[in-house]
Amino acid sequence: MSEQAAPRRRNRGRYEGDVPREHYLNVAYGLKSWLLTVDHKRIAILYLLSITGFFAIGGLFAAIIRMELMTPTGDLMSSEVYNRVFTLHGVVMVFFFLIPSIPAVFGNFFLPMMIGAKDLAFPRINLASWYIYTIGGIFTLAAIIAGGVDTGWTFYTPYSSTYSNSAVALTAIGVFINGFSSIFTGLNFIVSIHKMRAPGLTWMRLPLFVWAHYAASIIMILGTPVVAIAIFLIAVERLLGVGIFDPALGGDPILYQHLFWFYSHPAVYIMILPSMGVMSEVIACFSRKRIFGYAFIAASSLAIAVVGFLVWGHHMFVSGQSAYVSMVFSVLSMLVAVPSAVKVFNWLATLWRGSISFETPMLYAFGFLGLFTVGGLTGLYLGTLATDVHLHDSYFIVAHFHYIMVGGAVMGYLAAVHFWWPKMTGRMYSEFWGRLSAGLLFIGFNLTFFPQFLLGYMGMPRRYHFYPDEWQVLNVLSTAGASILGIAYLIPIIYLVYSLRYGPIAGPNPWHATGLEWTTASPPPQHNFETTPTVTEEPYDYSKAIENVAITPGAGPESPPSPAAPRS
Amino acid sequence: MNGSQLPPLLPPSASTVSGELDLLFAYITAISVFFAVGIAVALAVLAVLYRRKPGDGPPPQIHGSTALELVWTVIPLLIVMSFFVWGTDLFFRMRTPPIEPLEIFVVGKQWMWKIQHQEGPREINELHIPVGQPIKLTMTSEDVIHSFSVPAFRVKQDVLPGRYTTMWFEATKTGTFHLFCTEYCGTEHAGMGGSIIVMEPNEYQVWLGGGGAGESLTDAGERLFGQLGCATCHGDQAGARGPSLTGVYNSEVSLAGGGSVTADESYLRESILEPATNIVAGYDAIMPTYRGQISEEGVLQLVAYIRSLGDPAAAGATGAAAAGEAGQ
Repeated sequence: MSEQAAPRRRNRGRYEGDVPREHYLNVAYGLKSWLLTVDHKRIAILYLLSITGFFAIGGLFAAIIRMELMTPTGDLMSSEVYNRVFTLHGVVMVFFFLIPSIPAVFGNFFLPMMIGAKDLAFPRINLASWYIYTIGGIFTLAAIIAGGVDTGWTFYTPYSSTYSNSAVALTAIGVFINGFSSIFTGLNFIVSIHKMRAPGLTWMRLPLFVWAHYAASIIMILGTPVVAIAIFLIAVERLLGVGIFDPALGGDPILYQHLFWFYSHPAVYIMILPSMGVMSEVIACFSRKRIFGYAFIAASSLAIAVVGFLVWGHHMFVSGQSAYVSMVFSVLSMLVAVPSAVKVFNWLATLWRGSISFETPMLYAFGFLGLFTVGGLTGLYLGTLATDVHLHDSYFIVAHFHYIMVGGAVMGYLAAVHFWWPKMTGRMYSEFWGRLSAGLLFIGFNLTFFPQFLLGYMGMPRRYHFYPDEWQVLNVLSTAGASILGIAYLIPIIYLVYSLRYGPIAGPNPWHATGLEWTTASPPPQHNFETTPTVTEEPYDYSKAIENVAITPGAGPESPPSPAAPRS
Repeated sequence: MNGSQLPPLLPPSASTVSGELDLLFAYITAISVFFAVGIAVALAVLAVLYRRKPGDGPPPQIHGSTALELVWTVIPLLIVMSFFVWGTDLFFRMRTPPIEPLEIFVVGKQWMWKIQHQEGPREINELHIPVGQPIKLTMTSEDVIHSFSVPAFRVKQDVLPGRYTTMWFEATKTGTFHLFCTEYCGTEHAGMGGSIIVMEPNEYQVWLGGGGAGESLTDAGERLFGQLGCATCHGDQAGARGPSLTGVYNSEVSLAGGGSVTADESYLRESILEPATNIVAGYDAIMPTYRGQISEEGVLQLVAYIRSLGDPAAAGATGAAAAGEAGQ
């Protein structure tokens, strides 16, 4: 023990000079100082804690699903319970984890710092967004206690509006309320990016993380009201009996699908665009290279946001919509695939002739590249009309969107956690455990979801509580993968919490990254910068970076103080 | 349980479209594998080749290349367009039934499929069909949205309450294949399935006759038509309170509010359940709704009966005159 403790003390001693005496975490204490804070960094921490809680709940439901599907007979629970479990897994993961995840935590924390601002444009609205999120979450948790909800996260009518005997209205209201937190966040980001950039920080000098959040914010503002209306109308039909979606009351069930997917397809880009922003930051940093094709990556984010609004009908190819309408949606869906491919090629080109190192955030970025590629390519089967007819609502879809949402969005989220953890907390986590869990996650993920592509092509429908015997082998593989995946999610929680107290001091810029957020202390002071920074260069200028540094703190000869570190 | 034997990784291929759909799937897969493996290999090679080595200086800072951007925008675009063209072509063929298919009627409800054959037999969660003959299903739901899915045929179509959707397929192999509901429909969704039983045509004829079915769909419709007293208003005599139904099927009907509509299955269904919605020009909105009085199966029987009264192309002078009269 003492041998192991010794280097840690040494590290701490070496970096002691870099710990600011006062920072955003210790500037005030007590519950009130957190619950009434308007500091974007503290709000980000509030979000981090809440979404981690929801992720745990959603993950627990996922574990129950996989346990049930180990056997074909549906013997672990009744169908009523199973339907509630997969619905809550979807609702919690989509609305309370994936959509807020990177924007609400890392966007909140770093977007103001990246543009050299003291805070977001509307700090109180920012705090309000967290309260709204929390209230929406409480409604959804109340729905779980009130017996759960069994409509699937898509709330398709008229099942949800008339037939379901579960807490639909409570959940719908929770999701409706939650939507406003997303709108507030998007609004705050757009105004801040327009009005609060530091002197010299032109649009073409913005980090790509900021561009990605700009694009995602457009979707949050334009799309969220539509899903809010759709879900609100379900509650109206259910509670007041007004005929909107149920044909028995004179309504149109397909209208609901249009309203729902008009938001919920772009919502996928709310989840993935910020993650792509993280990729650009991480890949540039750990290959010590200017990002390849900066303007093309920035433009492709906007292209995805715009074209992404025009593809919702590809969820409805077998719904009974006109074949010609389906044809238009198919061709537009093909178009939206191209900017994503452009990004992947640019990231690969960034690695070319770089000086690549393999710290934990970079391993997550590599994982993202592989899994997102598979997720994107399998999307092409679903944008293609004929193949979608066979694959629609099968496990192929389940596998596809998990490759995008877990392989893409969650991998990006974990890359962000590991990349910015030292900045947020001032501490380094265990690199060994970080790399190990990144590797485990990659293996566990593929073992969980790759078999589901095969199941889907064989015809296994999604949302099935029991299934024909011949599909058991692949389901058992998937469940085995899920248990590895579960462990890979748990390990980071342990070593990250451990690092808060025992981790080596990080210093202002442990990765020697470019970007304004790295020019200030870790953890940052309450107002981010001692003086407002002035920007004179393009982003990702790694030409002046320190030569041949071993960038894992503690392993290098000496941590050179960052030139722009605050003098305290 | 399959014991030691591993199950197959492909579903049976048993319809006229399943072979081509598998080929299209294989085409997309070949290109996807090429790109996925290419990207993974490129990633691995770059990571090894350009890993940080002791003594490395800062790497060259490369801004990008417009030529390269164009290449990797245009090539993927051309490739996905090839998916689009093939996929759309096949999709339209999968949706357009050949002329004179064998028509079968399907009603979905929580949680069963109720099937009616023209000749009379009805079945639940099983569909018997002859091999080598195009089958067209006209489907509706009594409650929520369901979806009729036969993986072995690579076909699927949502089944909606309040309207008819259709699908068609032609089996190329005899045997028993899975039928699933693939649109989540509530508690027993996973149990809302059954079998498609594909038989030799002569066996199918025996099956049709052997079911003790008696009454055909049209006969059942005619009986219902009489029971409900439809003929009181919809007689063929001049001055009747409702339009004549002889030859109305598939004719162009002028509406009271202006415009016209083709009197297909959906319009006939609507006119029975929501008669006030689209009134035939020249008539008053006096027909009461039959919603709640006739089941969806009953409506299908009535529609089958009205169809049997002839369509304008086939009906000759009487039908054309009746249609013309209704149009005034």
